[in-house]
Amino acid sequence: MTVTVISAGLLTTVQDLGRPGHAHLGVPRSGALDQPAHRLANRLVGNPATAATLETTVLGCTLRADRAVTVAVAGAPCAVRVDGRPAAWGAPVRLPAGAVLEVGPATRGVRSYLAFAGGVAADPVLGSRSTDLLSGLGPAPLAPGDALPLGEPVGPAAGVDVLPVPAPPEPLLLPVLFGPREDWFTARSPAVLTGSDYRVSPTSNRIGLRLEGPPLERARDGELPSEGMVLGAIQVPPDGRPVVFLADHPTTGGYPVIGVVPAAALPAAAQAVPGTPVRFTPAGRR
Amino acid sequence: MSAGADGRRTGRGSGRPRLRVLRVGPDALLVELDGADQAIAFHAELQRRRAVSGFPSVTEVVPAEHTVLLDGVSDPDALAAELPGWRVPPLRTAGDQRVTVPVRYDGADVAEVAALWGVAEREVARIHSATEFRVAFSGFAPGFGYLTGLPERYRVPRRAVPRRAVPAGAIALAGRYTGAYPRSSPGGWQLIGHTDAVLWDPSREPAALFSPGTRVRFAIEES
Repeated sequence: MTVTVISAGLLTTVQDLGRPGHAHLGVPRSGALDQPAHRLANRLVGNPATAATLETTVLGCTLRADRAVTVAVAGAPCAVRVDGRPAAWGAPVRLPAGAVLEVGPATRGVRSYLAFAGGVAADPVLGSRSTDLLSGLGPAPLAPGDALPLGEPVGPAAGVDVLPVPAPPEPLLLPVLFGPREDWFTARSPAVLTGSDYRVSPTSNRIGLRLEGPPLERARDGELPSEGMVLGAIQVPPDGRPVVFLADHPTTGGYPVIGVVPAAALPAAAQAVPGTPVRFTPAGRR
Repeated sequence: MSAGADGRRTGRGSGRPRLRVLRVGPDALLVELDGADQAIAFHAELQRRRAVSGFPSVTEVVPAEHTVLLDGVSDPDALAAELPGWRVPPLRTAGDQRVTVPVRYDGADVAEVAALWGVAEREVARIHSATEFRVAFSGFAPGFGYLTGLPERYRVPRRAVPRRAVPAGAIALAGRYTGAYPRSSPGGWQLIGHTDAVLWDPSREPAALFSPGTRVRFAIEES
C-alpha cells in the first residue's frame, strides 16, 4: 500500500535510526534527530524502532492513504486531523482508506514524527532509509505527489494511557565535555562558552544546531589537519560562533572542536526553535 | 585536567609510534600521530587488531590526515590506556585491496599542473600513472578518497576560485593528495583527468571503490 503526499510543509524527510558504521567512507550517520520521539511513534503503531517514520519540520505535512492504516504522531506537539476532524496526538489513530491525514504545525518544538503501522518502506541505502541532507543519500525530501510505499504491519498498536507532552526546556541546557581541541582556544574561551547566553540561530538544520552569541576566540591561527567528527561535536568555524553537530554532520572537518555535547542531550536540541536561549553547562573535563 | 586530556606522548622504542590519545565526548578517542604516514600505519595496525577477536567494540573508525578517530568505544578508559603501548609495524603491502583505474589524462588543469611541477604536459600522465597510491582516508562526500603516493615535490595548491561543478569521475590534485569525484559537485581541486570507473555505488559491495587502505594505480587510457 502507499500514502500520497499532498503537502510536505517546510521539510519532511524519511528517517530511521540512520546508517552508523560508514563514516570511514565519508557517509554521515543521519537518522531521526529526536530518536526518543521516533521510537515512541513507532511503538504506538506496533513497529520496531528500526521502522522508518516521517520527520516533519515546523509546519507538519498532509498525506492521503490508499488503504486503511494505523498512524501515530509524536515529538513536537501539533494538531492532528483526519478528513478535517481532530484526532489524537501521541496515540494510535486509525486512518480509513482514502482519508486525508493532516499533521499540523508544531505548537511547541520543531520536529514531529509520523509513524505508519508497517513503516515507510522506501528503498534502504547502506542499511538505512534515512534522508541524509548533507550527502544526498536515501530518499529525497518529500514533495507533493510523491507516493510512499508502506511495509506490512508487524505488531499490534500499543495501548497507552497517558503520554507526557514534552515541553522543550527553556533555556536549552547542553552539557559539554571539553576537548579534543580546547587548546586551540584562548584560556577564557571555555568560560565564555559556559558563562554566556546563546540563542538558536534560524540557520540551524539537520547538520548542526548553529548558535548566536559571544564568539569564541582562537589561540592559534592556521588550519587544523582535517580530522574525524563525532555527533554532538561543538565545532567552531572562523567566525567563532559554535555549531553543535547533529545527525547529518560531515564525517571529517578542519575547524577545531572545543567540546562535545553527549548524544543524550541532542533530542532536546533538535526541538529547539530559532531564538531559544541556550546555556552550555560544564559536564566535566576528561 | 587528567592525563587523558593532555594526552600521552610515547615512542622512541622500535615500533612504538609517537601518539597522543585525546578524549572526544563520553565514548570516543582521537588518536593523533606525528604525520600522515604514521596515521596510515596506525590505522592499518588498528584494522589488523580489529579483525582478530577480543578487540573492544567500536562503532566507527575514521582515519584522517594525522589522526584516527575511534567512536562508540565500549570502554574508552581502558583503550585510552592501552593505545600508547602498541607496537605498530611498518606498513606492509601484502594482502591489501588493490584496484587499477583507467584514466584519460585530459583534465582542464593539466597545463597548470605541468607548470607547477616544471614538466612538459604529457609528463603529468606519465608521472601520475607510474605512482602507486594508497587511500589514506575518505571525506568531503561518500566515496571521495584522499590518496597519497606522489612525492612532496608534486604538491599543488587548490585552485584560487573553486569550480561550481566538477564532473563525476574527475581525477584531481590538491596539496599532497589525489582525489576522484564520485559524483558531480563543487570543487577546488586541480583537474588532471577523468575515469569512467564507478567510484561510489551504495547498492554495490563494497560501495566505495576507494576505501581507506586500498592501493590504487591509475592506468593511461588513450582518448
